[in-house]
Amino acid sequence: MTTRIVELRRGILKKNDELAAGLRERFTAAGVLVLNLVSSPGTGKTAFLELTLRALRAQGARAAALVGDLETDNDARRLAASGAPVRQINTHGICHLDAEMVTKHLEGWEGVALGGLDYLFIENVGNLVCPSSYDLGERIRVVLLSVTEGEDKPLKYPGLFNSADAAVITKVDLAAPCGFDRDLALRNINEIRPGIRIFETSAKTGAGMDQWFAYLAEQARPS
Amino acid sequence: MHELSIAASIVEAVTESASAYPGARVKAVRLRVGALASVVEDSLQFCWELATEGSPLAGAALVINKLPVIVHCEACGVDSVLEGVQSFRCPRCGEIAADLRQGRELEIESIELEEPEPAESSDGTPSPVEEHI
Repeated sequence: MTTRIVELRRGILKKNDELAAGLRERFTAAGVLVLNLVSSPGTGKTAFLELTLRALRAQGARAAALVGDLETDNDARRLAASGAPVRQINTHGICHLDAEMVTKHLEGWEGVALGGLDYLFIENVGNLVCPSSYDLGERIRVVLLSVTEGEDKPLKYPGLFNSADAAVITKVDLAAPCGFDRDLALRNINEIRPGIRIFETSAKTGAGMDQWFAYLAEQARPS
Repeated sequence: MHELSIAASIVEAVTESASAYPGARVKAVRLRVGALASVVEDSLQFCWELATEGSPLAGAALVINKLPVIVHCEACGVDSVLEGVQSFRCPRCGEIAADLRQGRELEIESIELEEPEPAESSDGTPSPVEEHI
């Protein structure tokens, strides 16, 4: 017997990366700004997105959402109350969304054409680990962190925080009762992802949402 | 817990690449995994056993080469290895260093194959495997 070493140097998630690259091209060609929202379960992604969809519609912007969960269409129903087109992706046990799921759920989405959208939000499965490896073709990856989770989340999950383009702190209305150390949280985010844009928000009171909407408008503008 | 999906992706890729070498058995698969790749080594090893069980890859070793994060410092103009993933600062000058040069890799570096000895032909050159029936 002889031994042969074959150099491959190939990405393990090459198929996902290729599909995501194809999606990114489609999104760019259609002129739609695509954002991938990631956080642990219970951070308030859905409440944050509900408010965002409503505000965008009120401004006359065309926004839609894909929402990932293991089971149930509860989140899709909540988000659809905003009037925006929403489609649920049930992963049935898989802990993250991948580019193939996004591709499939863009097909046959009644009344939705990418070219007719300004914004497409993809609410990922609540998980701070696995979604970091799966590119969905998004332009902006948004990581959310609630004041109830502890200021050291970025240090515990550096892989995801380091891959994000923007960070949103949610539930700031609960900051005082939780004894949330704002300076420490901001410092930790900056240690892991230096210079990242950070928004401090409450979906309950609307605090900080105007800065977020201004950021969205700025990012959607064709450069 | 996406290590099972990762293991399945490795099996698929390796099976495809190894099919170019008929008769060969895959002895080992070498990976390059960056410190920020969000992959747990023990979990991946466990899932590798599950994913290869009963397949032609059963028994193949999974060798994980872990890569530290390397950042490029604008101020020093130098690339440096970070000891951990808790702070993205240049170890030389302490300035923030967001420019990642290594650390997100999730790659199959190489595969090690065990092949049957090629038969010697009359002129001393090994016959291609295809002709060795």
